[in-house]
Amino acid sequence: MSHGTAVLEEVTQTPAVNSTVTSAPPEAAGDLPRWFQQQREQGWREFSALPNPSRKDQAWRFSNVDALDLSSYRFGNALSDHEHAEILERSAVLNGKSGRLIFANDQLLDRDALPESLRKAGVIFQPLERALIEHEDLVHKHFMAQPAVLGSAKFAALHRAQVRAGAFIYIPRAVELDLPIEIFHWLVDENAAVFPHLLLVADEMSKITVIEHFRSFNQTAPGFACGVNDLIAGRGATVKYICTQRWNENVTALQINATTVERDASAMSLNLHLGGSYSRFESLSRLVGEGARSDLLAVAVAHRKQEFDARTLQDHVSPHTASDLLYKNALDDRARTTFGGLIRVEPHAHFTDAYQKVRNLLLSDDAEANSMPGLEILADNVRCTHGATSGQIDEDELFYLRTRGIPIKTAQHLIVTGFLNEVVRRLDQPAIAAHLHRLIEEKFGNARG
Amino acid sequence: MQQLEIKNLRVAIGENEIIRDLSLSVGLGEMHAVMGPNGSGKSTLAKVIAGHPDYKVTGGEVLMDGENLFELDPDERARKGLFLAFQYPSEVPGVTIANFLRAAMQARLPEGEELEATDYYAKLYEKMDLLEIDRSFTSRAVNEGFSGGEKKRCEILQMAMLDPRYAVLDETDSGLDIDALKVVASGVNSLRGPNLGVLLITHYQRLLNYIVPDFVHVMVHGRIVRSGGKELALELEEKGYDWIREHAGEPVAA
Repeated sequence: MSHGTAVLEEVTQTPAVNSTVTSAPPEAAGDLPRWFQQQREQGWREFSALPNPSRKDQAWRFSNVDALDLSSYRFGNALSDHEHAEILERSAVLNGKSGRLIFANDQLLDRDALPESLRKAGVIFQPLERALIEHEDLVHKHFMAQPAVLGSAKFAALHRAQVRAGAFIYIPRAVELDLPIEIFHWLVDENAAVFPHLLLVADEMSKITVIEHFRSFNQTAPGFACGVNDLIAGRGATVKYICTQRWNENVTALQINATTVERDASAMSLNLHLGGSYSRFESLSRLVGEGARSDLLAVAVAHRKQEFDARTLQDHVSPHTASDLLYKNALDDRARTTFGGLIRVEPHAHFTDAYQKVRNLLLSDDAEANSMPGLEILADNVRCTHGATSGQIDEDELFYLRTRGIPIKTAQHLIVTGFLNEVVRRLDQPAIAAHLHRLIEEKFGNARG
Repeated sequence: MQQLEIKNLRVAIGENEIIRDLSLSVGLGEMHAVMGPNGSGKSTLAKVIAGHPDYKVTGGEVLMDGENLFELDPDERARKGLFLAFQYPSEVPGVTIANFLRAAMQARLPEGEELEATDYYAKLYEKMDLLEIDRSFTSRAVNEGFSGGEKKRCEILQMAMLDPRYAVLDETDSGLDIDALKVVASGVNSLRGPNLGVLLITHYQRLLNYIVPDFVHVMVHGRIVRSGGKELALELEEKGYDWIREHAGEPVAA
């Protein structure tokens, strides 16, 4: 027996290059806080103990659970100079930004620090690893404090065990950032896995916009991404979060979000889903203080055999709270989308105002959109509406454009981008909206080329 | 040759024949009004000329400057100089008027040539001013949430931007109050000239007080039953459509 243990220890201390993210427990890292180490170990135990998802489970109904065979993914290699340089070059999106972090294969590549005025005001924007040491208490208080309740507890546990890259952002009371913070996560080599993490804590009356970019260096290499982002909007704070997901189309991706909105605060998130072969997105919005508001926006452009799987919960805990979900999917070829969303109005959350709207535009007879909207209302005097529709391009609309001389392909393209623009324009952030438009256009361009 | 020529046109939806042997020619520089009661086939005529896929042409042809329109797709017809102002223009959610018109104008340029943005906006603003359309409209989605009057003005704005040779205006007066009607009419009148032929479809004589036609045709039950000068419209207004039906040998509505 003792012999066996010794071997195991040896493996743990020097992980073999071939060990995958699901076969080997996380490495010990002596310089990180004890509680964090314990969380990693706990995460590993939970990941190992929890069963694989099954379509019999309502949370995975319609999902392609076979995509979640993670046995071939491992941590990516160190980057070559050439890869390093090219990624930096390709990580230029916004002209105006408050700061930027660039990760590739879960390694920190580059950092544009905040301007001194913001640092002096107490704004923190650091790689997670550093924040764990320099701002241990703040991170500890909020780190993965919300359990993953929408089906991916197993993968949240894996994230907890394997997380090594990401950002911690803290905005002190009444500080407003005029320009967004940008974070890049790149997948580089074949079968690489990344675990992007974001923890954003916006204190009372503060204001911030963050944009995350998920990208692949190589347009075909398979990979795995398992990200978590936790957004906390303190009293009266205004938080906007944008994520552009364009992993390549051989990547399996999971993204787990929890947004907590306190009294009179407002959170808006927009997730643009373009990449991945199977991409699942779970989003929990908790409206915990009176007057809280959450806007949940998402756009997916699905083609070929892509599958996008979205699960949401708008959880109204306090009275006089509002949430508004608008998800739009454009599906071509044999693509599939699934939406499972619940509005829950907890007891005492009177005067809740909640909306949930899902629109699928089917561009092919073989595309498939599944929608499962839901309501669970345990309070009185609430206003909740939800609805999901699927349809094709309206023939009269298409004819109208064609009578103006617009060729049929261009007309269809205009109608689809118009359909999606309705979501993007809610952001009210022209520079970011322009970027999102470009990405959407690019995807349509690729499809045609 | 310089005309929009409808020859012995027959159109059906399913088994139901809606246009029955209709002939009519609109020369460049001319303003023709087609008047008729509801259900006479006026709107069908407009949509068939533009190429709507729901209608089946069972006979005849429509020639634009000698070219058979039925051999062209709707967008090709438009690029060759045809314009249809819709009675009920479609809403195009999320597509701004500026982008929509830019796509339409870009489609008219040779491949590889880019529309010049400054000139485009200068022209757009000039035409918007003419039609008393607020400039904020350029960033609104096409027809979305527009009032009836706004939609019709937007149709004429598109016509003004696209410089057609032949325009079919389908019930452009419907749903307009008198002030909006005057604005739309003055927009149409400003576009009149030797290089534009117009087929103006209307139920009411009222519009013809503001857009004075060169010719008036009365359409009943899928065919032109009477043609004349502008005074025909007044006679029709006075005597009603039943008078025409009697003269045309058509059954009079109960």
